[in-house]
Amino acid sequence: MIMRNSVMSRCLTLVLSAGLYAFSPLAGAADLASFAGQNGKIDIAGGTAHIPVMNAAAKRIMQSNPSIRITVAAGGSGVGVQKVGEGLVDIGNTGRALTDAEVAKYGLKSFAFAIDGVAAVVNPKNPVAGLTAVQVQEIFAGKITNWKAVGGRDAAIHVFTRDEASGTREVFWEKLLKKGVIADSANVVASNGAMKSALAGDADAIGYVSIGHIDDTLKAPALDGVLPTQDNARSGTYPVVRKLYMNTKGEPQGLTAAFINYILGDEGKRMTAAAGYLPL
Amino acid sequence: MTPAGGAVPTRDGALPRSLLFAAAAVSALAVVAVFAFLLWFSLPVFRGDALASLLSWRWQPLRGQFGILPMLLGSFCLASSALLLAFPLALGVCCFAHGAGPVRAARPLLAAVRFMTSVPTVVYGLVSVFLLVPLIRDAFYGSGFSWLAAALTLSVLVLPTIVLLVDAQFRQVQAEIGPSAAALGFSPVQQLLRLTLPLSRRGLAAALALGFGRAVGDTLIPLMLAGNAARVPHSLLDPLRTLTSHIALVVATDSQDLAYASLFASGLILFVVTAFVHLLLRRWRGQAA
Repeated sequence: MIMRNSVMSRCLTLVLSAGLYAFSPLAGAADLASFAGQNGKIDIAGGTAHIPVMNAAAKRIMQSNPSIRITVAAGGSGVGVQKVGEGLVDIGNTGRALTDAEVAKYGLKSFAFAIDGVAAVVNPKNPVAGLTAVQVQEIFAGKITNWKAVGGRDAAIHVFTRDEASGTREVFWEKLLKKGVIADSANVVASNGAMKSALAGDADAIGYVSIGHIDDTLKAPALDGVLPTQDNARSGTYPVVRKLYMNTKGEPQGLTAAFINYILGDEGKRMTAAAGYLPL
Repeated sequence: MTPAGGAVPTRDGALPRSLLFAAAAVSALAVVAVFAFLLWFSLPVFRGDALASLLSWRWQPLRGQFGILPMLLGSFCLASSALLLAFPLALGVCCFAHGAGPVRAARPLLAAVRFMTSVPTVVYGLVSVFLLVPLIRDAFYGSGFSWLAAALTLSVLVLPTIVLLVDAQFRQVQAEIGPSAAALGFSPVQQLLRLTLPLSRRGLAAALALGFGRAVGDTLIPLMLAGNAARVPHSLLDPLRTLTSHIALVVATDSQDLAYASLFASGLILFVVTAFVHLLLRRWRGQAA
């Protein structure tokens, strides 16, 4: 910054920003100081991908100010919408954009805070190092049923998918499968975690998880030559990405607004990155 | 049901009596309320085109197909196969404990079975995911998440329920006829086969009905083990989806569409099927008695 700012202009900045703070519920200071002296409760539910970030933030806020209680529940994107819409929680998280019907019915407001990629994954023992998008589509449609057809060993492919409420499934289906068919013979699991444990034990399985969940129990083959990493997702070279949203019923107020601000602020961004996502 | 159990009506007994009556009334009302609730919410489903859509064999909600018949069949297949395994086993355990086996082994065996009732479902599910599923995958073909895996685990779950009911029935019969049978020179095994078993028909029917109710109503085991593919299984190694795990999987979806409405239909079908089985068995018991 230029050090020759006059006292006058500094005062002006202060007044202006104070005015902004006062008039926009979302323009609070985005660190723990904004919770000082407040008390009350924030209930959060919904998408499972959000939970590491929500928990980290809740822990720090509650440690700095014990008179604030924050609860974080899972349930999936669909549950997030329902609960916040019915007024059962303050923030409902979704791993997908809200549908027009949902916005119209409940009057929800969305705050995107992170980008997350979704990748087709296999067991680490699987020798296949790369797949094309078309191959992935045909595997999930049940047209390719043996790993030999895509350069693997001679074994039947075990396809795992997620339930229809999953935000991860939605983005995978829309952006990678191009809204194609998922064979009804595919096994269905109910969370990113269940997908991981199913794939970790089965050398012939294929499924998909959010990139934040990939560790050494899984292998993510390159897609059309691009490795599904957060860096490639950030630069746009890896196309199967989604945003993570926090949703509130109407304009957020008080503590809820402060929490959303905190997640969108610098500390929140660090926690988002630490959880394996790209902060927005 | 006789909650007051034929107690002599004294002044002291008035309060417990009315409390028990209230408890029974609340339970009965709850069942009626559940049925009314399910009926009310699934009513829109049972009107017009929606019904035809639900009563079909394809579940592809993204393409507008909402058939729940595969799940209905899945529930029936899984529950009856688990029962087919568990019922003879449970009967064997009870016969063993009531005369066919050594007297000393009876108590520890029944204690072990009683302990099994206290094991949470999720523990059975989890153990099976890590032990049984890989075993099936390696021994046969497929992913291991299958009808077979779920049926084996579910039979372990319903076994103790059936054992406890049959055991109670055997005890009751043996208390009535034991001394006379012994006096007539029946050996324990003869007494078991000739008297106790034939006289326990009612209890066996009740145990079968409750076992079926437990098997068809369990959610976690099919959800964790059966693979949940929404289609008709062609073999024991194919995945299947039950009505219960269907509800668990779909309950989180957008509550505005027909997929969500299918849940109430699934719930209603489950309720009606279990009620029907119970009524059928009651009727059968009535005729047998």
